[in-house]
Amino acid sequence: MHEWSLAEAVIATALEESRKEGLEEITEIKLKIGELQQLDVEIFKFALDELAETLDEGSLLKEMKIKMEPEKAIFKCRVCEKEWDFGETGLSEEEYEAVHFAPEVAHAYIRCPSCKSPDFEVIQGRGVLIQTIKGKR
Amino acid sequence: MVMDPRLSVIDTRLARIKRLIAVSGGKGGIGKSLISSLLALTLSRLGYTVGLLDLDLSAPSTHVILGIEGVYPKEERGIVPPEVHGIEFMSIVYFTGDEPTPLRGTDISNALLELLAITQWGSLDFLIVDMPPGIGDASLDIIRWLRKAEFLVVTTGSKVALETVKKVLKMLNELNRPIIGVIENMKLRDSSVVKEELKKFEVPLLGAIEFDMNLEDSIGDANRLLERDAAARLKEIVMRNPRFNLEQGR
Repeated sequence: MHEWSLAEAVIATALEESRKEGLEEITEIKLKIGELQQLDVEIFKFALDELAETLDEGSLLKEMKIKMEPEKAIFKCRVCEKEWDFGETGLSEEEYEAVHFAPEVAHAYIRCPSCKSPDFEVIQGRGVLIQTIKGKR
Repeated sequence: MVMDPRLSVIDTRLARIKRLIAVSGGKGGIGKSLISSLLALTLSRLGYTVGLLDLDLSAPSTHVILGIEGVYPKEERGIVPPEVHGIEFMSIVYFTGDEPTPLRGTDISNALLELLAITQWGSLDFLIVDMPPGIGDASLDIIRWLRKAEFLVVTTGSKVALETVKKVLKMLNELNRPIIGVIENMKLRDSSVVKEELKKFEVPLLGAIEFDMNLEDSIGDANRLLERDAAARLKEIVMRNPRFNLEQGR
């Protein structure tokens, strides 16, 4: 249910942007969903719809469509420059859950498959990002 | 422009917290985590509702000081910190365990932001934040994101610690952030060096906590910690000083 807090963040950002940009209606939010966070997309969508209704006091989000684009998590070792993906990490269930809550915790459990270094970069697919917010003035 | 949605909910997550005290000091090893832990325990025993948030992600230690183990946050529209010793307690250790978690600056900022965005605090009189050492990414982000924070600065009487503490005070002043005052920790002998140094900053020295040879034996046991002289002294400082603005318990 951690998906709810991130959904709330998305709706709050949309409302904040509409105020900043003077939008009377938000028509579309495009999100990137990074694999590393392992969101339950069904719960996340449900939470977004529910919160869009409860937090939207001025009917700004009534016609809003949400588009989600999954993004694969890719890691790159800072020591040997090897690139690898999340599928190759072999985490236990507890470790997956910990990474779900705070993706940076990956640095506690994932090592470079080539040189075993913990010093790597998540070059894409960390978590939820808003790509675009479209609306009408 | 790509936006990070988490920034928009930090204030909402902290909305039910009356006062947020960030225990800072810049230098490592001066007792920020001990003072944070004792302050949280003391305020809780005085009847306030208290949370403790360990934001030293590289070397979290308040769970060791308070002997917190075998508990885990509950997942409910975010994560709800468990209550331990009467304190809502949140730390990255729930997720990292004993594993070393080497994080670069951007990773630290991301993890801090995640913790602040997903932690669902109850209605609290006080949230005590154990700040990381240094004045780099982590401290600057926390100062920027915790807009309601008041800063309690810890130093020792050593010139080595004071040199960094002065930089922290100057930075907080430049950023226009409220400073409750300074506590001199691990005081070994009578000296006015801390008082003298603080005059330049118009920041009060709230009091001193003497070095306690036997404190280490109480680490990991909250009740024994509260029996130590250090705890009694901190309670006196907190109760006596109008800047903490406490009633006589609740």
